[in-house]
Amino acid sequence: MEDRIDKNNDTVMEESENLQNSIVNEESEALDNTENVNTENEGSEVTTEDAAAEDQNKKKEKKKAVSRKDMTMAQWTWHEMKRNKIAYLMIAPFMFVFILFTVFPVVLSLVLSFTNFNMLEMNWEMFIGIKNYTRLFFEDDIFLLACKNTLVFAMITGPVSYILSFLVAWFINELSPRIRAVITLIFYAPSISGSVYLIWATLFSDDAYGWVNGVLLDLGMIDSAILWFHDEKYAMTLCIVVALWMSLGTAFLSFIAGLQTINKSLFEAAAVDGIKNRWQELWYITLPMMRPQLMFGAVMAITGSFGFGGVVTALCGFPSVNYSCHTIMHCLDDYGSTRWEVGYASAIAFVLFMIMIGANTLVNKMLSKVGQ
Amino acid sequence: MQKMRVRNHQVVLNRSVGGDAGIAFFLIIMGVFMFLPMYYVIIQSLKPLDELWMFPPRFYVQHPSFKNFSDLFTLLSDSWVPFSRYIFNTVFITAMGTFGNLLFSSLAAYAISKIPFPGRKGCFWIIQRSLMFTSTVTAIANFLTLSTFGLMDNLFAIIIPAWGSSMGLYLMKQFMDSSISDDVLESARLDGCSEFKTFWVIAMPMVKPAWLTLIIYSFQGLWNTGASQYIFSEQLKTLNYAISQITAGGIARAGASAAATVIMMIVPILVFVITQSNIIETMASSGMKD
Repeated sequence: MEDRIDKNNDTVMEESENLQNSIVNEESEALDNTENVNTENEGSEVTTEDAAAEDQNKKKEKKKAVSRKDMTMAQWTWHEMKRNKIAYLMIAPFMFVFILFTVFPVVLSLVLSFTNFNMLEMNWEMFIGIKNYTRLFFEDDIFLLACKNTLVFAMITGPVSYILSFLVAWFINELSPRIRAVITLIFYAPSISGSVYLIWATLFSDDAYGWVNGVLLDLGMIDSAILWFHDEKYAMTLCIVVALWMSLGTAFLSFIAGLQTINKSLFEAAAVDGIKNRWQELWYITLPMMRPQLMFGAVMAITGSFGFGGVVTALCGFPSVNYSCHTIMHCLDDYGSTRWEVGYASAIAFVLFMIMIGANTLVNKMLSKVGQ
Repeated sequence: MQKMRVRNHQVVLNRSVGGDAGIAFFLIIMGVFMFLPMYYVIIQSLKPLDELWMFPPRFYVQHPSFKNFSDLFTLLSDSWVPFSRYIFNTVFITAMGTFGNLLFSSLAAYAISKIPFPGRKGCFWIIQRSLMFTSTVTAIANFLTLSTFGLMDNLFAIIIPAWGSSMGLYLMKQFMDSSISDDVLESARLDGCSEFKTFWVIAMPMVKPAWLTLIIYSFQGLWNTGASQYIFSEQLKTLNYAISQITAGGIARAGASAAATVIMMIVPILVFVITQSNIIETMASSGMKD
């Protein structure tokens, strides 16, 4: 991978130099950001003799630029940094805000996870080692229960929502644009409509006015209303259903957009080459072509399924009955914004983060096997 | 030679009729599952009070009325802060946040995706990891940062962090990797385009679907901004917050709260419908030939 990029750089430089002869006299300021060009521009209003001399110079420079091995790593890096300095200008505004509000807090949280910083008490210790972590795994039964719940929840909703998003996007890809638009809307709407998921609390309401209870009572299948979201037996399952209902989100849109950009002639070529049915086409062409979107979708599915806390709170209450739906997110909320034990909460967040990273690494390993 | 099937005036390759039927069946079942709750919300908002508490609950409405909606507006006009103020706050946050995020993210995504500067792998690595860190913990540090900058109780406390949302950038970068060929950009550079011009004239139109997706995403996140721990003044609260206060009113306000839910869900859906038709239009006319 790295080799390929480097080779690219070299050819880029060669090409740009070949073209310089034609551009030099036009005093073009904006060819490429190579330093060669800059020196070229400065001396461009000159006689032909000078130009010839410069041609010589250029050849020397070209040799210098291509033979990367003559430079030390640091020199090469510095050279490349100067050559692409405009890139730093382009990322600067974003990176400033991003680092300030995302990276810095993350680092701060990692640091805090080794303290017992508590917003409500002033006398906290700077460094208590891994005490927070030992407390998590050996003393906090509720955290362990939350870990189990989170894993069950994520193992089901993550893969199912991921596969569902892709399948639906892929199935509707060949429909006419109008029908595709309607179906996309139907499947995507639940995930963008804010608090509309609260309707599940009405459908599965505890009393007889809930639609499901109402129908079941009316049909005589049950004698008394079931406490759906407040019953250990059903709460988790129902939350998973709601999670799946809301899960066709960003990844789904990304899949649809990605599928649209696949070059159609690939499929024609594949048909000629003996691809027999849509499933072979999916495996050998569509999925490999979709890999960037698939990886994005994986991150979304992982983040969504591990960080699915707010909806559970809204539906089952906080904490849920007998902690039946208590996830790591709830532990985090509990210690982070109710008890203000920031140090301990940071440790919880870090554990969650590591679990997610682990899951993502695993999924990426699996995705690299696609189409082989 | 296989038998050729034709659909939408195009030859369909490798598609069996049975497979198509199975897929249609799957889509219909799933579609019903997706749509029914949405439908029920709308029905609830049109039910008069006596029908809301009818047993057994009905999936249709006998005497549809807009009374719930008028009740909602009565409730809202009684509020201490003028209702238009909540609307302004939400629109302002959404517009400013989305615009800044689009501009910053697409510039950075282009640089990371298409300019081989040292450090881009590091940048991307950290952005990818950041997608997975929950906002609950960053909230505590952000509280400290924002108060240091004096942005506490200011709408920009919500807007500025949104500019650095890594989601849009990640999405844009991934899309650029797979959909813009380096050759096109290279020839533009050789023709004398500056990097900014290449970005704006060549790259951006090619990733229109991606930046529309980014707009939808950013819009949706900001539109649903509810109570924030950075804002205390009632005049600066958002629409979602104002409406959730009504929903919290309990049984007596069941109708009004259903109406509020419908209003809150209609706006993102409308925005999506508009931008989605734009995406499809782009795809139809772009005809991926370079």
